[in-house]
Amino acid sequence: MRRVWTARAVGALAGLVVGGTLAATVWAQQLVADLSSHLIAINTGFTGTEVVLFGTTDGAGDVAIVVTGPRGSVTVRRKERIAGIWLNATSVRFEQVPSYYMVATNRPLDQFVSRPVLERHQIGLPQLQLGPREQLSPEELAVFRLALIRNKQRAGLYGITLGQVSFLGERLFRTNIYFPANVPTGLYNVEALLIREGEVVSAQTTPLVVSKVGFSAEIFEFARNQPLAYGVAAVIGAIAAGWLAGAAFRRV
Amino acid sequence: MQVYLPIAEMSVNALLVLGMGGVVGFLSGLFGVGGGFLMTPLLIFIGVPPAVAVGTQANQLVAASVSGVLAHWRRGNVDVKLGVVMLLGGLVGTVVGVWIFGLLQRIGQIDVAITLAYVFFLGGIGSMMLVESSRALIRRRAPTARRGKLHRHIWLHGLPLKMRFQRSKLYISALLPAGIGAVGGMLVAIMGIGGGFMLVPAMIYLLNMPTGLVAGTSLFQIIFTTAMATLLQAATNQTVDVMLALLLLIGGVIGAQFGTKVSGKLRGEQARLLLASLVVAVALKLAWDLVVEPNDVFTITSGSL
Repeated sequence: MRRVWTARAVGALAGLVVGGTLAATVWAQQLVADLSSHLIAINTGFTGTEVVLFGTTDGAGDVAIVVTGPRGSVTVRRKERIAGIWLNATSVRFEQVPSYYMVATNRPLDQFVSRPVLERHQIGLPQLQLGPREQLSPEELAVFRLALIRNKQRAGLYGITLGQVSFLGERLFRTNIYFPANVPTGLYNVEALLIREGEVVSAQTTPLVVSKVGFSAEIFEFARNQPLAYGVAAVIGAIAAGWLAGAAFRRV
Repeated sequence: MQVYLPIAEMSVNALLVLGMGGVVGFLSGLFGVGGGFLMTPLLIFIGVPPAVAVGTQANQLVAASVSGVLAHWRRGNVDVKLGVVMLLGGLVGTVVGVWIFGLLQRIGQIDVAITLAYVFFLGGIGSMMLVESSRALIRRRAPTARRGKLHRHIWLHGLPLKMRFQRSKLYISALLPAGIGAVGGMLVAIMGIGGGFMLVPAMIYLLNMPTGLVAGTSLFQIIFTTAMATLLQAATNQTVDVMLALLLLIGGVIGAQFGTKVSGKLRGEQARLLLASLVVAVALKLAWDLVVEPNDVFTITSGSL
């Protein structure tokens, strides 16, 4: 509780100094948020998991949560019918694609925030910057962009709808962030934004690590760091298993 | 029971994969084929990335063929000399195949290439076998069938480097089994299959090998080509998931033992007719997938490939 009060005090001060406009994160204690866990551990039994984000604001306002996975390049290919069969014809490579992307708000975005602000903070799928490498007409690009998002949504890695941030009273809020079994590993950014009168007044970024642990991590590291030794081990293991089964069945 | 696959980076139902391994293993023991031609499409169907399906399948086939060969070995159904000659060609074919696989992956046509290869090889060989085995079945019913020569001679048998294979009672050019092995090796690398469905008929119809020796001998050389493919795929593409392979091979080796036992009760042409129908069915399904418009004409690939 004491932390909350301190946060409020600093937040109020920050509000006075910069006049309620965009505050630097150091000052931004108008909003405090944290995750129920900062590590998603992928072990052998992993089937996806949920992380709870909770926080508090220093007064009324809207909250938007943006979760972004590690960025990397993605190639989108379009199949065309050539000589009766469907072949990959055109392809576009995007360089800065988040491997995971999810937005949660307490009410529909267009009700409390304007498009330029959404674009500046890359809130929402339409505003996501993906960095296409090829030179294409805007219409073509838009088609490929939508296809990328659609495929990511089908894999469960991009939110299909906005997540729900629920307020408990005026200041406490929480939301559940779901990560499916195929969640890519790496460093995730969980950004909590406080929005008042259409402007972002406070922002806080919390890191979240998605990592393989235990047996599956060991296998993955082995395969990546010593690929040849891994291959040899895989072959020897297979020969042993085959032999064992053959021998076992002989006795039966 | 869900299990996370560390290389495929996905979670699968362990019982489903075990069951798939068991059914395919049974067929593999029954017909003396690796069963990869069924397993690779099945794995892709449950969501395993095609490259991982192909690499892992090669690993799993090592175990399946070892346990299959043991059963044939005890019955004396392996022609080691012929197997080794095929193997020499097979290793060359595997290296070439892994190289082609990488090339197709870079230009983004690997999925279509895999499917086309399936349709072409499965469809062609399957229909040939279907015609031949039904003829053989009909001929068996007609008791007046004329006894022919021990085997027919075609131009292929006139190639140089003749070798004697006592076990199979053959005197043929070594280039012939080596060439068949090379094509088999390429199929291992590109399609994630042992190539048994191609090797078995080739050995029967091109080499005129005694049918009883075909299954054991083809499995014998498949051990080595699949081992080679596993090594190369692991070293170059890092697409071998040992967790998935383990699940598949537990189901596979058990199924294969039962299959081998049942295979003794089937007549040659009956087994061939069954195998041919299965092969043709898979080919038709894949051909249909190529022609019909996909749900989404767009696909995405992460990473620099």
